[in-house]
Amino acid sequence: MDFFLSRYRHLTVLLIVITAQLLLIAYQVRTNRDIPLIRVWAVTAVTPVEQGLEFVRRYTWGFVEDYFVLLNVHSANVKLQRENGQLKIDNNYLKNELATADRARSLSVFEARTPSKTIAARVIGNGTGANSKVVFVDRGSTSGVESGMAVVTPDGIVGKVVDAYPTASLVMLITDPTFAAGVISQKNRVHGTLKGQGHAECLVDYVQNEERVDVGEWFYTSGDDRIFPKGFPVGQVAAVQNGKTFKEIYVTPSGMQGGAEEVLIVLQGVHQEVPAGELAAPGYRIQPLPADAASEVPQGPPQPGALATDADRLRAIYKQAGADQKHVYGEGVPGSKPPDFTKIPSVHGVPTPASAAQPSTASAAQPSTASAAAPPPVAQTVPKPKLKSGPPAETGDPTDDEPSAAAPAQHPAPAYAPQKAAPGAATTRPPLPTSAPVTPPSNQ
Amino acid sequence: MTEYTEHLLRESPRKDAAGRFRFVWLVVIPLVAVLSQVYLPRFLPFLAYLELPLLITVHFALSRRGPIPALFYGMFIGLVQDSLSRQPIGMYGIVKTLVGYFAASVSMRFDVQNPVVTFILAFFFYFFHQFFYWVLARALLGEIITFDVQQNLIFGLLNAAVALPLFRILDKLKMAN
Repeated sequence: MDFFLSRYRHLTVLLIVITAQLLLIAYQVRTNRDIPLIRVWAVTAVTPVEQGLEFVRRYTWGFVEDYFVLLNVHSANVKLQRENGQLKIDNNYLKNELATADRARSLSVFEARTPSKTIAARVIGNGTGANSKVVFVDRGSTSGVESGMAVVTPDGIVGKVVDAYPTASLVMLITDPTFAAGVISQKNRVHGTLKGQGHAECLVDYVQNEERVDVGEWFYTSGDDRIFPKGFPVGQVAAVQNGKTFKEIYVTPSGMQGGAEEVLIVLQGVHQEVPAGELAAPGYRIQPLPADAASEVPQGPPQPGALATDADRLRAIYKQAGADQKHVYGEGVPGSKPPDFTKIPSVHGVPTPASAAQPSTASAAQPSTASAAAPPPVAQTVPKPKLKSGPPAETGDPTDDEPSAAAPAQHPAPAYAPQKAAPGAATTRPPLPTSAPVTPPSNQ
Repeated sequence: MTEYTEHLLRESPRKDAAGRFRFVWLVVIPLVAVLSQVYLPRFLPFLAYLELPLLITVHFALSRRGPIPALFYGMFIGLVQDSLSRQPIGMYGIVKTLVGYFAASVSMRFDVQNPVVTFILAFFFYFFHQFFYWVLARALLGEIITFDVQQNLIFGLLNAAVALPLFRILDKLKMAN
């Protein structure tokens, strides 16, 4: 053992160090926890230096740039940027008035207008690594920032907070390959999942090939991911093509154009409506009406109160029955006498609104030609329905013994009776001929 | 074996002549490298390809020639880099540990003061660093990330080109100490 350790001392140390770090990674991955001590120390040590550097840069080089070297060009550039930002914000927020807007002011205006509670932050550094798609912002947990909060600009979403430290936060940009967010297209309302690609454009995945997405169409956050409130712009479709199962939709993020330097962290998100876009043409074609059918189409607008459906006709019948019996629906106290629904005409007896509007006595006594073939009004002959179920009263009525062999053919069921009486129903309410003697129901 | 290759393989006198960094420089230089990687790409995005912490690790390993100090130095730089990224701590640590170890092992066989050797080693270790990080990210974290060989080859060349003057400056700084 001693020989081995002395002979392969370097290799042994290497293996121990590698194993220790592998265990460290395994612990973090397995428990899904971070090593906050190391990170907090590192970030707390580095970010003040970055803030200092940024401060120095802003007030030295920026000052020189602004006032000495490029005085006219820079001021013109600032003016143009301000106007450009103002136009974008006007477009996104129903052309709200912004009298003057530089980038910081745009943020404050946006912050005041948006229903979500936000806090402004400045990007102070990038994450390490050549392929890094994370940035540090100068707001941390002491400002109320927490992991999982959305980061936006007036132009669109930027990313989400993945770690919040006391003085700074780490923000994963939407271009990071592991980033994902729920999105919805403006015009066709197609839902999808926005994924970062590691470069300037993002991919909207899980959109079926059958869905329709157009180049130039805007995508907005859908709020499905519980991170980004609904209604924030995401970007414009740059390219669309059908894939094996899902469409390949490439979106140019709108929130990171020119590099986001000042951002807003959404502390409390409020969903907004996705702005209505121009509706797309449907994906199917409707055949024109045939010539004869077109001639049957009623001309002009429908008259108010016209009874168009069976439900309307039934409603009119029952309303008329209530009016005939001086009963106002909805006013009877519990236990009061309900209207006698056995005295209503047949459904087919009131085929038109005009006849439904007439008193029922008139329609019952003088049925119209349309109701001539219909059964006679049962209100004249049918006794009160027996509410109690059970065997029929033994009254000696011959119809009780032969309930439905011929009677239905001669006397169709009244309006309230089902068209096809169930076997059990025949025992409780047998059909009665109009000439049958009226027998009061038995109370036994 | 030609005379030139023999020259490349023989021991370099640099170890004795160059001396060593003071401890404070050993801490400050990697921190500056990490900080510049964090801060510079904000204003000079084209410098995002620069992997200064890696170059510092390689330089330290080549000049120190001790595998154990080099691997610990690489681990230290890697962990600092990890702590400022979103990955689990240890990813860059493992990769830079290996880079430090292998660079120190290689330095005992080559004349690392030769610019050609320095260029090749810097290029090789950049590619090794990127490739091994990609392997670890896929194997340990299950991340589906692509490894762009062409891009990494180009970035490797650029880093190697930067390594030449950087190593010269660091050597001078060391001699000044």
